Amino acid sequence: MTAAMPSPALPKAMTARNRRRNALNNAMLTLTGVCAFITVSMLFVILAYLVYNGGKSVNLDFFTKLPLPTGESGGGMGNAILGSMEIIFFATLIGVPVGFLAGVYLSEFGGKGLPFAVRYVCDLLNGVPSIVIGMFAWIVVVAPLHSYSAFAGAVALSIMLIPIAARATEQFLQDVPNSMREASLALGASKWRTIASVIVPAARKGIMTGMILGVARIAGETAPLLFTSLNNQYWSTGLKEPTASLPVMIYTHATAPYDDWHRQAWAAGLVLLGLVLVANIAARTIISRGASLPK
Amino acid sequence: MATPAAVIEPGSARVKPWLGADEVARAITMVFAIAILGIAALLVFELWTNSAPSRQKFGFGFLTSALWNPVTDQFGALPYIYGTIVTSTLAMLISVPLGVGAAIYLSELATPRLSSALTFLVELLAAVPSVIFGLLAIFTLVPLMRSYIEPALKAAFGFLPLFTGPAYGFSYLAAGIILAVMTFPFIISVSREALLSVPREQREAALALGATKWESTWQVVVPFARLGILGSVFLGLARALGETMAVTMVIGNNPGIHASLLALGYTMPSVIANEFAEATGDVYKSALVEIGLVLFFLTIFINGMARILILVTTRKGSGRA
Repeated sequence: MTAAMPSPALPKAMTARNRRRNALNNAMLTLTGVCAFITVSMLFVILAYLVYNGGKSVNLDFFTKLPLPTGESGGGMGNAILGSMEIIFFATLIGVPVGFLAGVYLSEFGGKGLPFAVRYVCDLLNGVPSIVIGMFAWIVVVAPLHSYSAFAGAVALSIMLIPIAARATEQFLQDVPNSMREASLALGASKWRTIASVIVPAARKGIMTGMILGVARIAGETAPLLFTSLNNQYWSTGLKEPTASLPVMIYTHATAPYDDWHRQAWAAGLVLLGLVLVANIAARTIISRGASLPK
Repeated sequence: MATPAAVIEPGSARVKPWLGADEVARAITMVFAIAILGIAALLVFELWTNSAPSRQKFGFGFLTSALWNPVTDQFGALPYIYGTIVTSTLAMLISVPLGVGAAIYLSELATPRLSSALTFLVELLAAVPSVIFGLLAIFTLVPLMRSYIEPALKAAFGFLPLFTGPAYGFSYLAAGIILAVMTFPFIISVSREALLSVPREQREAALALGATKWESTWQVVVPFARLGILGSVFLGLARALGETMAVTMVIGNNPGIHASLLALGYTMPSVIANEFAEATGDVYKSALVEIGLVLFFLTIFINGMARILILVTTRKGSGRA
């Protein structure tokens, strides 16, 4: 800004002071730009490293083969990819309907007290560390069934998804103008009819975006799966079996001391990040511009 | 309007069967809303009852003892609490200045187009799974710390107890740095919203009085949005406290209490991640659950503070949003 440029009529001391102020102005404003540059560049640093280190190991084998024992090179993570899909599918199957219906209640039926409490609890649940959620799922699913299972993993992830889905649904339903509700009610439609055939369809893009962002968030979660779905070196045979997942595989392979496992970890990281970013970009740009998850 | 009563009769008869539908829909959706409260209540209940053996055996001494011995069933959480506090503090020291600086740039300087493009990228950074940060850190940050950064810190500040001991690469400092990167996005996007909700008149008044852009930003806009910025910091802090994977992969997992930031450490989430599946015996398992309980209350408290602060500022600011 040139608002503080010294005018020739000012005394010398004043111009010196203004020069200092201007210098500080320029320095600090540049610094904020540098901050923005550093933080945003992290994303590209991460992407570049993953592509550089994992790019060559992402091939057909990676998607179709089982991991090989240490010492043998090659193999893939087919079981982890399938396992992740299975766990995420069932987490979505539980989390999306529950979250959606709760969100409808919050936005459309709520009075004063209960919705406030539910909203607050949603936000708090959203902030509970994922490792604690995993522990909870172990206590309520794994311990009583005496077995690590894909189902337990799905329960853990669905507990993370429910508050996200509920708040996203509520937020986008709230964005539907009241005049649409009134128009529908004035035409004689009952309240639930109004919700089912006017309000929800009007908000469907936003709600879908919220759901996709929520699913993308849980898809990358590792901590809740560590002692629920555990891991598996082989193809999992059902919901009640310990099941491999991509994030847990990345963790175990990256922390193991074998170069060949590291290569697989990079490849798995690239695939996982690729899927998460594509889902995010697609949801935010194609379906609903400028939408974002509730923080 | 003189509508004959006879015309209304059949109509209302038709409406009657549908009258219950609203109540049914309301009841069904309400069940699911209450289910969320139920999940939260069950979560607290299970953590509380499952940590009972440990709570009864160690009492409050659990939080102040540094002994962790599964063989003799003696457990104390101090090294983990200490590690969590040290790493989160380090993370905040790095990410708050950078995050708030970036938020100022996005809200005050960048053109709206550039600002929304950069914010989009920041949101994408927030979506990167934590295990990916861990993967990257273990193969890039850790060797970098071991060969360059930690030796340099020791050479320059070795007289301080903070920078002593061997440079393993794995350290409190490495965990703090990776946590900082992971908390940027939250601090930036919430701070940016707080700054954007400062009324335009505040900026104009300061500029009209002859303030430079920076003076108007730093002395008027930032103080106006300070509660929201503080909220963003608490939100970032809550994430840092509960973050598991990336920290577990770079902190070295060594249950000691060290003054040096270059030493190997341990945090509350990492000890759960590493030991919960293999923990045998009631006391051992319940000690880990109790760590989870402490972590739960800590993050709930800090998150609650953040929510209140964010709510207060977004209510107050009514200018541009």
